[in-house]
Amino acid sequence: MRTIFEPTKGMLPVDTSYCPGCTHGIAHRLIMECVEEKGRLGDTLGVSPIGCSVVAHEFMNIDMCESAHGRAPAVAAGLRRVHPNHLIFTYQGDGDLASIGAAEIIHAANRGEKFTTFFINNAIYGMTGGQMAPTTLIGQKSTTSVEGRKKEVNGMPLRVSELLATIDGAVFVERVALNSPANIRKARRAVMKALEVQEKGLGFSFVEFLSACPTNWGYQPIDALKWLTENMIPYYPLGNLRCPEEVK
Amino acid sequence: MSERVLMKGNEAFGEAAIRGGCRYYVGYPITPQNELTEFMSREMSKRGGKFVQAESELASINMAYGIAAAGGNVFVSSASPGIALMQEGLSFICSAELPLVALNVSRGGPGIGGIQPGQADYNQVTRGGGNGDYHIPVFAPASIQESIDMLYDAFSLADEWRNPIMILADGMIGQMMEPVTLPEPKIPVSEAEIAIRKPWALSGTKKGNRSVVKSLRMQPNDLEKHVEKLFEKYRQAEKELVKYDTDRIEDAEVVFVSFGTTARIVSEVIDMLTEDGIKAGLIRPISLWPFPEEAFSKLNPKTKVVISAELNMGQMMTDVKAAVCGRFPVRLINRTGGIIPTSLEIYERAKKILGEYR
Repeated sequence: MRTIFEPTKGMLPVDTSYCPGCTHGIAHRLIMECVEEKGRLGDTLGVSPIGCSVVAHEFMNIDMCESAHGRAPAVAAGLRRVHPNHLIFTYQGDGDLASIGAAEIIHAANRGEKFTTFFINNAIYGMTGGQMAPTTLIGQKSTTSVEGRKKEVNGMPLRVSELLATIDGAVFVERVALNSPANIRKARRAVMKALEVQEKGLGFSFVEFLSACPTNWGYQPIDALKWLTENMIPYYPLGNLRCPEEVK
Repeated sequence: MSERVLMKGNEAFGEAAIRGGCRYYVGYPITPQNELTEFMSREMSKRGGKFVQAESELASINMAYGIAAAGGNVFVSSASPGIALMQEGLSFICSAELPLVALNVSRGGPGIGGIQPGQADYNQVTRGGGNGDYHIPVFAPASIQESIDMLYDAFSLADEWRNPIMILADGMIGQMMEPVTLPEPKIPVSEAEIAIRKPWALSGTKKGNRSVVKSLRMQPNDLEKHVEKLFEKYRQAEKELVKYDTDRIEDAEVVFVSFGTTARIVSEVIDMLTEDGIKAGLIRPISLWPFPEEAFSKLNPKTKVVISAELNMGQMMTDVKAAVCGRFPVRLINRTGGIIPTSLEIYERAKKILGEYR
C-alpha cells in the first residue's frame, strides 16, 4: 500500500488546547511541515511566547523553551549564540510582539539576527480574554475598547511588517493570511522561504500570519474568517515586503 | 602559574569570569560597571567566547536566559536600576532552573539614584525583586581579590545548583584598583559536550530526548510541587552556601556586622577602638543569602551591642535582628546616597552608641 498522506512528525499526536476555529493549529502545522520537509526536526529550536501559544511546546515535536512576555526575540538571540547552525524560530502573538515586545523585535531585526519570527496577528489579546492589542482595528470592539478602538485615544493599528521592512537587517518580510486554502498554500511557501533565508545566513526573516480568534471576536469560526477577509486584509495588505535575491 | 597584577575591579571581574569558564557575556551600558562591559567586548572574541550588547537590561537577561537554556555558561552584569529591570528574567530563570552568573556593581537609589557606591540593593538581591517564591544565592566581596575568587567559582557553582548566582559588589570595588593574583584559566566546555553534560538544555531532539525549558504551570498542584522542589534545593543551599568571616568577636563588647566596602572601613574602626582599649569585633557576611545566622551564635554573653554598618538605611538590620534573636541590642551606623563614611565617623558614632550600654 502506498502512503499518500500522513501527519507531519513535527506535530505531537495530541489534541491542541486551542479554541474551535482558531488558526494557531494551521500555523503550527505549516511551520512544522516545513521544518520536517527540510529534514531539520532534530536540530530546530523554538521559542514560545506569552499568550495562548505559550504551550506550543506541548504540540511541536522539537526542543523548545518558553519566554517572558515579549522577550522571545532576545531569547532566540541567546540560543543563536550557542547554536550557530541550528534552525531557530520564535512564535509570537500580536500582544506579545507588537506591544510589550516591540523593542526586542525591532532590535533583533536591526541586528539581522539569523532566526525566523512567526507573528500571529489576530488583532486582539486572546489568552487574557479579548483586550485591545496594538493591532486591533479602528472601530473593533474589545473588552478594553467596548465602544470600538478610537484613533484619537489609541492611535492607528500598528502595521508591524511594514515597520520591520524599513530595517536593513530584516531581509525577508512577508504577510500572509490563514483565511482560505489558497492563502494557506501561499503562507506555506512564505514559511519555506523564511527558513531558507535563515539556513543561508542572510539575516532576520519574518512571516506575519493574519489569524482568526473566533472566541474573542465573538464570531462563529466561518464568520470569523469572513471578518478577517473583509476587515483585516484591507488594512493589512498581503504580500512580500522584502525578499533577498538568493531565495526568489 | 598564577599571575600577580594590578587591576581595576570592573576589569578584574571580567578576567576572573573568563578564567572561571564564562563563554558568553551579555551587557548594557550603565555606570559604575561600564569598564566591565567594555573589557568583555574586547576580550570575549579573543578568548573563544561571545559578547552581546543588548538593547536593554530586559533584553540582556532574556538573551542570557536563551544562552543558559541552550547550555552556555553565561554572565550578565549591571548596576542597581539595571538589575531592577532584570528581576522578571531572574524569577523566570530560577523557576526554569538554569545556571547563570549575575553581577551587580551597586550604586545609590532609589529610582535612578546616583552613580556613587551604595549597598541599598541589599533587599533587592536577597529578597528577590521578582515575583514568586524563589531564592538567589548572593555573595558580597570586600576586595578585588575576593571578587576574582568568587567569579572564578561562580560558573561551576551555578551549574551545580542549576540556579543563578549573584555577586553584589558595590561601586567602590568596581572602580578601585588593587594588586591581585589571577587564577589559572579553566578549560571551557565545548558546545558538543554541552549536549552530554546538560541533557535538559536545548540542542535539538537529535541528541535523543526532547528538551522543554519552561516556567508556566497552569495546574496549581503542579506549580505547588514545582515550588516545593525548588525549596528543597534552597534549604540545601542554606546549609552549604553560607559563608562569612569573623574578626575578634570572642570577647568583643561591640560587634559590627558589615559587608563589602563598608566591612573594610569597619576593620580599621576595630583597630582604632582596640587602641582605646575597647574590645570590638566584626561579623562579615560573605553570603548575604543565605545569611550567616550561625555566626551570631558565636557572640559572647558580654557583648553589649551589635552594630549593623551599611551604605543604606539599614536594610540588613532585619537579618541581623533575626540572627541576634533579642539577645543583644542592635543599632545602625549608616550613610546612604553614595556617601562612604570615614573610619573616624564610624568610630565616633560607635563610641557614642557604646556609651549608652556601658
